[in-house]
Amino acid sequence: MASTAPVEVDRPTGEGEVRPDVPWVVVVWNDPINLMSYVVYVFQKLFGYSREKATRLMLDVHHKGKAAVAHGTKEKCELDVARLHAHGLWATMRKDR
Amino acid sequence: MPRRIRRTRSGEYSVRLTREEREILRGLPAQLRVLLTLGDASADPALRRLFPPAYEGEPERAREFDRLVRDDLVGQRLTAIDTMERTIGAERLSEDELTAWLSSINDFRLVLGTRLDVTEETTEADAPPGEEHERAFALYGYLSYLEEEVVEALSRAL
Repeated sequence: MASTAPVEVDRPTGEGEVRPDVPWVVVVWNDPINLMSYVVYVFQKLFGYSREKATRLMLDVHHKGKAAVAHGTKEKCELDVARLHAHGLWATMRKDR
Repeated sequence: MPRRIRRTRSGEYSVRLTREEREILRGLPAQLRVLLTLGDASADPALRRLFPPAYEGEPERAREFDRLVRDDLVGQRLTAIDTMERTIGAERLSEDELTAWLSSINDFRLVLGTRLDVTEETTEADAPPGEEHERAFALYGYLSYLEEEVVEALSRAL
C-alpha cells in the first residue's frame, strides 16, 4: 500500500482473527496503490471495526502481503468481497482451513 | 497550508479548492465513465484491477461471481461518478456526496496507478521522460494528497 505520510503504530502481537466455527474467510491482498489511511477507513466503515483493529489488519496486509479480514457463511463472505471490490480493495474468499 | 476538506459542525464538509484544482478534477468523472461503460473488461489491466477475481485460483467460480455482481458494482461506481460530476463546483458537500468523491478519486488512482505501473515507493521523480508522463505522475501525486485529506475528514464521522 502507498502512504503519503509515515505511519508509526505499534503492532500488537497475537492472532485471534481466525474463528474455527465458520467455514469461509475473506482475504485482502496488498497492492501498491491504495493508501494505508484509506484501507483503514474502509475496514472501519464496512466491518464496524475499531480504528485499532482496522489499523492492525491494514498493517498485516501491508507487511505480510495479505490478511484475513472477515469470516462467515459463503453468502456473507460473497457480500463482503463485493463491498470490498466496490471500494477498490483486492479481496478474495476461500474456505477456511 | 489550510486543509482543503474539513468536516463542519453541521456534519457537512467544506471544500476549499483552487479553480485549477477543480479544473483538474472536472475531467476525471467523464474519463472513468468511458472506461467503465466502453472498456474491454477482459483485456484492460485497469478494469481487471477495479474488478478483481473473487476466488483465488478458482477461475470458474470467480467468473460466476463476476457475472452476478458486475452490473451492480459498475452501477454503484457510475452513480458515484455522476454525483462527483454534479457537485464538482460545490463549496459544501454532504457526507454522501464526499463519499462519492472518495469513490471516484480512489477509482481514478487505481486506474492511473495501474497504467503507470507504480510501486509503493513511486514518486513524481520516477516519471519517465516526456511531458505526458510527467503530467500523469503529477496527477497521481495530487490525487493521493487530496484523497488523504478526504479520508481524514470522513474518518471523523466514523
